[in-house]
Amino acid sequence: MNTAVLRTEFRLFRREPGAVFWIFLFPTLLLVILGSIPSFRDADKALGGLRPVDAYTPIAVLIALIMSGVQSLPQALTGHRERGILRRMRLTPVRPSTLLSSQMVVQGTVALASALLALAVGRLAFGVRLPEQPAGYLLALLLATAAALALGSVVSALSRTTKVAGAIGSAVFFPMMFCAGVWLPVQEMPHTLARVVQLTPFGAAARALGEAAAGDWPGWAHLGVLAGWTVLLTAGAARWFRWD
Amino acid sequence: MSVIEVSELRKSYGGRNVVDGVSFAVDEGEIFGILGPNGAGKTTTVECVEGLRVPDAGRVRVAGLDPVADHDEVAGILGAQLQQSELQPKLTVREALELYASFYPNPADWRPLAERLGLTAKLGTRFAKLSGGQRQRLFIALALIGNPRVVVLDELTTGLDPRARRDTWQLIEDVRAGGVTVLLVTHFMEEAQRLCDRIAVIDKGRVAALDTPAGLIRRSAGATVISFTPSAPLDDHDLASLPAIASIECKDGRITLSGTDETVNAVVTLLARHRITAHQLRVLDATLDDAFLDLTDDRTKEAAA
Repeated sequence: MNTAVLRTEFRLFRREPGAVFWIFLFPTLLLVILGSIPSFRDADKALGGLRPVDAYTPIAVLIALIMSGVQSLPQALTGHRERGILRRMRLTPVRPSTLLSSQMVVQGTVALASALLALAVGRLAFGVRLPEQPAGYLLALLLATAAALALGSVVSALSRTTKVAGAIGSAVFFPMMFCAGVWLPVQEMPHTLARVVQLTPFGAAARALGEAAAGDWPGWAHLGVLAGWTVLLTAGAARWFRWD
Repeated sequence: MSVIEVSELRKSYGGRNVVDGVSFAVDEGEIFGILGPNGAGKTTTVECVEGLRVPDAGRVRVAGLDPVADHDEVAGILGAQLQQSELQPKLTVREALELYASFYPNPADWRPLAERLGLTAKLGTRFAKLSGGQRQRLFIALALIGNPRVVVLDELTTGLDPRARRDTWQLIEDVRAGGVTVLLVTHFMEEAQRLCDRIAVIDKGRVAALDTPAGLIRRSAGATVISFTPSAPLDDHDLASLPAIASIECKDGRITLSGTDETVNAVVTLLARHRITAHQLRVLDATLDDAFLDLTDDRTKEAAA
């Protein structure tokens, strides 16, 4: 890891107000809007006694990961390739892969910071309890971040141009948001649907985060699904990614 | 001693031989030009030297190193400016210079470099806001920032105004004076003639000629052009039997001949013998332009054969 490249990519990220808003602020903003609806602060039997605002906190965390992994990362990586920046880097003693890994660190860090913001605001504004199994929560969060970044890398590997990356990103975005439980938390989904959704990266992540928030160690099956997707997607990205 | 060696280089795309057996060697401290029409294989050739492309066959060495196998070592001593390239749109000139300087073990101080290239006033400007000429100058700066032993410049002054072009030429001459070897791809004859010690003319993937600029000009069929308006008609036969004559043209009473220095002397003698005055007598040396057209144009080649 070259620190100069990393610092530069961080600085450039800060100059993208759109990315900063959608990844860092939007998930928390959504939580605030939902939490302001009085009925979202009443315990719900369908959610096992949780309030909707409690159930939506892990979902807000996942939205940050989806925004960075599926929307922002492919645009950045494909843009670097499309502009010949990766090619120009190949002429220097620093490898172009440095630029890719720096981008992933930037996107991952911002998404994790956004998760922390959502947890903090949830706790302070709506009394959402902090994860009762913090180690399990952190493990699930890190695995979900890795899966999101790997997914974004595959999107970038399959896209010749930023336009294509945008199109594929959008096509992947809505199913991923659905699986994360944005429209209907996974716990509330009909049984068969929930079983299928739990096999997707963000469905598994939603369950793992939900369990850790409630104080249980996240199910190994969910963590296994996340790890499996990360390995599979990383291998795909490494195989299909083109430098110019 | 040769710093760049290319021998029997071949590269094809989709069954088309873009580079078809190119060989040349560049000496230390030399400015070596690669000249040729569009699509002749110039850029592919230098991309093999830079290690951006893997040759199908042949040998490429930079300071004795293989640009593909010894990529990291070559990247440390070779600076390059690509024909088409961009930077991150929101990266400023200063940030780009600092970032690229950090890639090299012994970078040049970027401040004087930016000053030389007229970028000082633009240090805080983002890449996306730079004009074509400013981008070009920034890429030249990035090619030089690692204090390279070898610099490869592809279409160096394309997009620069005449003033900036001349300043850039001066900069390249200064860089060479510091012992750096320069490989220059160009299609500007004036640039090649001004800067290059030797030139390889590449046409259809092959080296059509390799010589000094003066040598290339001497080789071309009509190296000297003589034109005048005679005070009395001249006999066609007399003109055709002039020594080393390459072409004769008569238009509106004005005669234009091409040949060599010998032809010039013979014309003067011929006119004196017939007591004919030559009005508006002009003798012009052929330029690299003429030599280039001669070497790369099929029609003139066939006519000469």
